[in-house]
Amino acid sequence: MTAAPTVAGGAKRNRAAGFLGRHPVGMILAAPYAVYLAVIFAYPFGFSVWMSFHDYFFAAPGAIVDHPFVGLDNYKAAVTDPAVRQAFKNILIFLVINVPLTTALALVLAVALNRVVHARTFLRVSFYVPYVTASVAVVGVWLFLFNSGGLVNSILGPLAPDPSWLVNEGWAMPVIAFFVTWKQLGFFILLYLAALQNVPKELYESASVDGANGWNKFWSVTVPAVRSSTALVVILALITGANLFTEPYLLTGGGGPNGSSASPVLIMYQRGIQQGEPDFAAALGVLLVLATLVVAYINRRFIEGRDS
Amino acid sequence: MRRWPNVVRYFLLFLGALIFLFPFYYMLIGSLQSEPDTSVSGAFPTSGLTLDNYKDINSRVDLLGSLVNSGIFTGGVLLGTVVFGTVAGYALARLQWRGRGVLFALVLLVQVIPFQLLLIPLYVLIVRGYGLADNYLGMILPFAINTTAVFVFRQFFLQLPDDLFAAARLDGAGEVRILWSVALPLVRPALLTAVLLTFIGPWNEFLWPFLVTKDADMQPLAVSLANYISNVSSRAANPFGAILAGACVLAAPAVALFIAFQRQFISSDISSGVKG
Repeated sequence: MTAAPTVAGGAKRNRAAGFLGRHPVGMILAAPYAVYLAVIFAYPFGFSVWMSFHDYFFAAPGAIVDHPFVGLDNYKAAVTDPAVRQAFKNILIFLVINVPLTTALALVLAVALNRVVHARTFLRVSFYVPYVTASVAVVGVWLFLFNSGGLVNSILGPLAPDPSWLVNEGWAMPVIAFFVTWKQLGFFILLYLAALQNVPKELYESASVDGANGWNKFWSVTVPAVRSSTALVVILALITGANLFTEPYLLTGGGGPNGSSASPVLIMYQRGIQQGEPDFAAALGVLLVLATLVVAYINRRFIEGRDS
Repeated sequence: MRRWPNVVRYFLLFLGALIFLFPFYYMLIGSLQSEPDTSVSGAFPTSGLTLDNYKDINSRVDLLGSLVNSGIFTGGVLLGTVVFGTVAGYALARLQWRGRGVLFALVLLVQVIPFQLLLIPLYVLIVRGYGLADNYLGMILPFAINTTAVFVFRQFFLQLPDDLFAAARLDGAGEVRILWSVALPLVRPALLTAVLLTFIGPWNEFLWPFLVTKDADMQPLAVSLANYISNVSSRAANPFGAILAGACVLAAPAVALFIAFQRQFISSDISSGVKG
């Protein structure tokens, strides 16, 4: 690994470390990034929370307006809004389909790809390509595939759902969940492939000695060994789901039919920017993040907590 | 003995790969058909392919102008990330200064703050406050320094041997000089990985540029194509053909770059960035 610090280096540290540290130039080098984090993340984060507790609206530029404190009014409005409740229910449907499917497929494909010798590049590239392509571009082809007269329905013939997938209240959200699974899977395969490189070969060898077959090894060696990656995959998939916007906006024409595929971020856009209620949208954003954190925490306990 | 499971594995992997690639094939075929043919045999046409859909979408969406906007947006993010991100990554990995721990904790925190929480305040600040609607700077600002790339840079600078830096310091090189002529040349391959990783973010980004650009002349291709899909496509002669032609133009640069540099997407590099 890396060499231990030399004696000379240690002595230098004692001599030169001042109030600003041993290399004050580091402050200058990191300053642009620090300012960026403060302006683009820290300040808007505080502003968002502040806005959610005040009556905030868009005013004419330059006008001085009052934004009175309204306590939890925005939160009450968000929680009691039927469209918001529907959106959270939709996201739940999305997550129930997307997260297990993503985790299982990504792990199985990563294990299979890890041992592949022939056509390795072709296979990996095939699974990664949807991830590097713009959602807007691939949404175009999914619209074409899944519209009422599309290829999917021509193949299914009489089995095609009526009304068709994207305008069917029961199918709109599942189709979005499948779309996102397909789109994001490559990235999660990548994460699992990296984790698999760190599984000690001896574990598989000793399992073989104990007479384990491939399936046993997968369950008793691979799955536990990549558990921390599984926790990461679940959380990242969860965040992707919570951020869902492009798909309901384009694939189902603005969260349709009848709001059955609307996502919280879509509602934030519609209410906050289109209808000019940024305070309502900010409260919804805070609620969404809190809900995400709670689900992430439960998942973490569930996946990692048992014997760590 | 292990032959049979191998055959099954390859069969399933190739089947999966075909399912994953089919929409891309169909995108290309659909963009070349003058009339949408959604029958099964229509997916494998033998004749009648035309470039008319590309002309059609180009007459409704200024493809070249949109591509230039996408390029400026992406280029700005790449420039900010490479210039400010590398030096920040270096300072976080290799230099000792007051506040380093705080900044690194902040970097970790940022990874946890989801963009949707910042959406409304950023819109209020950048569009309403600073008047940067329909402006490249307004598009670039929220993505100007990619935090994942800063992580990747930090990781690579950390992996360089300590002796190298000790030797350079003994020779009397200043910290900035060490960064420029010792550390940066050594992490050049990593730089390419980070650039590719950063590229797909803004190139594919839809929500933010969609919020800040209302002027069609300023919209990146992802936004102008999305507006075409949601507004005007119903009026076109072959709406799907035109949409798919636009989709091919939007997808091609990212896919081409990815295939050309796919070796740079080394799994361990990327996950080290994500996991920090």
